[in-house]
Amino acid sequence: MITGSIAAIGAGLAAIGAGLGIGKIGGSAMDGIARQPEAASKIQTAMLIAAAFVEAVALFAVVVALMGNG
Amino acid sequence: MDCSHVFDFKVKRLIVVFTLFLAFFSVTSPALAQVDTLQAAENSHSEPEGKEKFDIGKFALHHIADSHSWHVIGEYYIQLPVFLYTSNGLVSFSSADFLYDDEAKVVVEKGGQRFVKMHEKIYYASATPNEHGQYVQLDEKHHASNARPLDLSVTKNVCTLLISIVIILAVFLNVASGYKKRKGKSPKGLQSWMEPIILFVRDDIAKPNLGHKYERFMPYLLTVFFFIWFNNMLGLVPFLPGGANLTGNIAVTMILATATFLLTVFNGNKYYWKHIFAPDVPKLMWIVMIPVEIVGIFTKPIALMIRLFANITAGHILVLSLICLIFVFNSLYIAPISVAFAVFIGAIELLVAFIQAFIFTILSALFIGMAIEEHH
Repeated sequence: MITGSIAAIGAGLAAIGAGLGIGKIGGSAMDGIARQPEAASKIQTAMLIAAAFVEAVALFAVVVALMGNG
Repeated sequence: MDCSHVFDFKVKRLIVVFTLFLAFFSVTSPALAQVDTLQAAENSHSEPEGKEKFDIGKFALHHIADSHSWHVIGEYYIQLPVFLYTSNGLVSFSSADFLYDDEAKVVVEKGGQRFVKMHEKIYYASATPNEHGQYVQLDEKHHASNARPLDLSVTKNVCTLLISIVIILAVFLNVASGYKKRKGKSPKGLQSWMEPIILFVRDDIAKPNLGHKYERFMPYLLTVFFFIWFNNMLGLVPFLPGGANLTGNIAVTMILATATFLLTVFNGNKYYWKHIFAPDVPKLMWIVMIPVEIVGIFTKPIALMIRLFANITAGHILVLSLICLIFVFNSLYIAPISVAFAVFIGAIELLVAFIQAFIFTILSALFIGMAIEEHH
């Protein structure tokens, strides 16, 4: 028997979205660094900020899931 | 003028005071745990045959929560003091008085009032116990519905906060005195270890986001960066000085985010407020734009708060869950795999500890920078 809360499925779906988003950010940053290795540090900083915004959405979902389980 | 000896003296005194403070709430002896074992025996008696299923979620959430006692090793706990602001004024006692009880079964009487502890929350005790022997009224979700006094206790998180203050003061007063002693000379010791990080905050966080006015905000940015970083690292230490989940506590991150919010609001210039209340768009669009921009003022610090809280909490839960796998499968052979994964995640968490401090600081700088930007 499967037990649990539907909130867990929601958190999983949000993780898929965030995974796609961070994957795209990371991939594009790699492209950028490969084209212009001298700009690597600037690209990394910008990449981390963008990744933080995407990640925040997934973390909101985790918090909502925790609250739903409450 | 050389005043490093003053700093030295202050740090030493702080450390001594803090050690005495901790020693005052001495480690309780296992003799007190007698009641606990008695209760455990009672509980196991009433439970049906067969082992109880191990609940990862409950275990992990219990370990990341704040607590009135601090686990040292084995059966030894540091019982932290309880301060309650009740209707009859301030009441204080040691949490050892609860005799390891966390299910509202032991009543403590102080100042003519009766208190019980349930799931690390302190309630006014009911006059008579319910059918489970608990001195609280339970609602249909099994949460206690008794009234609660205002809890001002020195809990595990408060203790960690004090420890981290001592560590940060010790480190930075040492560094500051180093700069006074060796003015214009190359740094030495701890100073040369901290200097690149301070310069990193200045050159990579403050300058690109705040422009030429960065110096005004450097003290705040450095404080926030090192506070979050040190506490993230302290949270990763599994034994005594660490082990608490301070930056994974939403109240702590809320205060940090509120500081950024207040700095943004009070430093915002006329261009910032014009952008919110009279944006350069057709008048008809204002109906949509102005509410969105007003909500935006608040969502930025709220996102900062949730980001740090959820990241650190998720890290702690992840490590705990991996360790819990041993108890879920109830087998020793799973232990090497589970410990290897936990160490791997622990290494990633070291990186996350730094990245989250960096992200919080750079986003604070970004938001403040947006507020103080001149029109061009």
